Amino acid sequence: MIDTYLIPLIKVLFVLNATLVGVTYMVLLERKVIAWVQVRLGPMRVGPYGVLQPIADAIKLILKEDITPTRADKWVFTAAPIIVMVPALITFAVIPFGPSVNLFGREIPLYITDINVGLLYIVSVASIGVYGIILGGWASNSKFPLLASLRASAQLISYEVAVTMTLVSLIMTAGSLSMVRIVESQYEMNLWFIFVQPVAFVLFFIGGLAETNRAPFDMAEAEQELTGGFHTEYSGMRFALFFLAEYANMIVVSAVATTLFLGGWLAPFPNVGWLNFLEFIPTWMWFLLKTFVFLYVFLWVRATLPRYRYDQLMRLGWKVLIPVAIANLIVTGIVKVIL
Amino acid sequence: MGEAIAFYVIAALILGFAVLVVSTKNTVHAVLFLVLNFLAVAALYVLLTAQFLAVIQVLVYAGGIVVLYLFVVMLVNLKRPPEDHSAPQRHPWVGFALSGVVLAQLAAILLFGGFGAATDSSVAQNSDLALNNVERIGMLLYTDYLIPFEVASMLLLVAMVGAIILAKREL
Amino acid sequence: MITPTHYMLLSAALFMIGVAGVLLRRNIIVIFMSIELILNAVNINLVAFSYQLQNGIGQVFAIFVIAVAAAEAAVGLGIILAFYRNKETVNIDEMNLMRW
Repeated sequence: MIDTYLIPLIKVLFVLNATLVGVTYMVLLERKVIAWVQVRLGPMRVGPYGVLQPIADAIKLILKEDITPTRADKWVFTAAPIIVMVPALITFAVIPFGPSVNLFGREIPLYITDINVGLLYIVSVASIGVYGIILGGWASNSKFPLLASLRASAQLISYEVAVTMTLVSLIMTAGSLSMVRIVESQYEMNLWFIFVQPVAFVLFFIGGLAETNRAPFDMAEAEQELTGGFHTEYSGMRFALFFLAEYANMIVVSAVATTLFLGGWLAPFPNVGWLNFLEFIPTWMWFLLKTFVFLYVFLWVRATLPRYRYDQLMRLGWKVLIPVAIANLIVTGIVKVIL
Repeated sequence: MGEAIAFYVIAALILGFAVLVVSTKNTVHAVLFLVLNFLAVAALYVLLTAQFLAVIQVLVYAGGIVVLYLFVVMLVNLKRPPEDHSAPQRHPWVGFALSGVVLAQLAAILLFGGFGAATDSSVAQNSDLALNNVERIGMLLYTDYLIPFEVASMLLLVAMVGAIILAKREL
Repeated sequence: MITPTHYMLLSAALFMIGVAGVLLRRNIIVIFMSIELILNAVNINLVAFSYQLQNGIGQVFAIFVIAVAAAEAAVGLGIILAFYRNKETVNIDEMNLMRW
């Protein structure tokens, strides 16, 4: 009774809270990192070193007037931000933060659940997130958001194909769809998958950038393009939900990349004896460190690279990433058969 | 007990959303109800321990095919509002009555047709189908049913080429 | 106890809802969506039997049905788009160009 209901519930509440707080502070982290790249300081006034800035932003957005356009489709207009946010959050149900720990005399695994189709579950849930973008643009009943949302969703479904093919070659290397099994197979192979499948890593990262509508692929929501993209008509908390959903998607892609390529909760070089002092850092702390590395690279890329034009973006997705992913798949298959 | 509750709830959702798909006047709402219907069917597959098929249902059906429908609905809805005027000589109640009669016939066959619990053990080949679902399906697809698998890939290629040619503005 | 008869009844009901949609609606996109409902009803039947007999063939067949449904949806929607470009309607009563 306790094991099947209470402990997963506590884990769910914990992960949800941690994710939402993390997403809120990602806003501050982005502004700070981009500021430091541009040799300025970023938010410094609210709280010491600007630490309370997200709280000020949240209060401002909650107190803003909630406008619904007159001829907008009410239910769909309200549901669109929710449909974007929910898939980002429920992906955390299968991401493993660590192996089992012993708390209060019970063996508690540090993941909410481990289903035998974990990786495919993440991909399928991500494809549900496309609906929120399409419906957000449609329900605004206005030309520019509709065009921007169609552009954004076409970008998302194109890069989904490339990312899924990349993940198939990774599944062939690991031999299982379960996320915990993938981390354990990296442990058994004594090599993180980033060294076994470097091409897949690059493809997954580029695809992840495009999937989350992050620079340099953020044509759909940049302020200079199409008057603000698919969330033009949204204000107040609904806009905040779109905004936070993008950061939640970033955290999800970083967490999935950590699990698949950087060995999840594993300390580096687990088989080298004299590096065993690294085991003092707990497993979940390694996971968080690696995820933060990816998040930092996301922000770094945004601060540095110029934006892709839409046709260049689609050409990259269809004519470059998909053939490279298929070639990677073929090479992985051949190597698996030979070795 | 839990399985029965889950089945009845999911079945109610499936049938409810299906009725809403067929009866809503606004086409975009009908497409959204179709998505919810497919998600409920995926939940039913999980109940039937077909986990791989459940995620494939969400990924392909709800996340791919219905997005396609949504795009087309948006493109054809731009000019005029959806209208469902019926010709004056059409009587929709005939259609309802016919469907109801056929459903009653099917139900009668199923309930009184004398179908026993067919536990023909010679058919059961994969005893660990629920636990190693992906491995068993993969083995079947690549050994016994390899030819239908390859034919399905040809079919998808042909459909892709056909859809591109049909939807282009000028050839 | 949920016997396969329950699943077959659910499948039959979903099938008939799909058939009613095909017969009664005039919007061709809704007709296509009702066809998808029919295919889903068949899939539920296949997976229910696969569960009862513990044989994976039902699920494999259901995967093929999903692949065929995807191909059919793509081509069908392409046809609808091509037709819409010429005649500006999605009402199936007005799609009678061949009848002259």
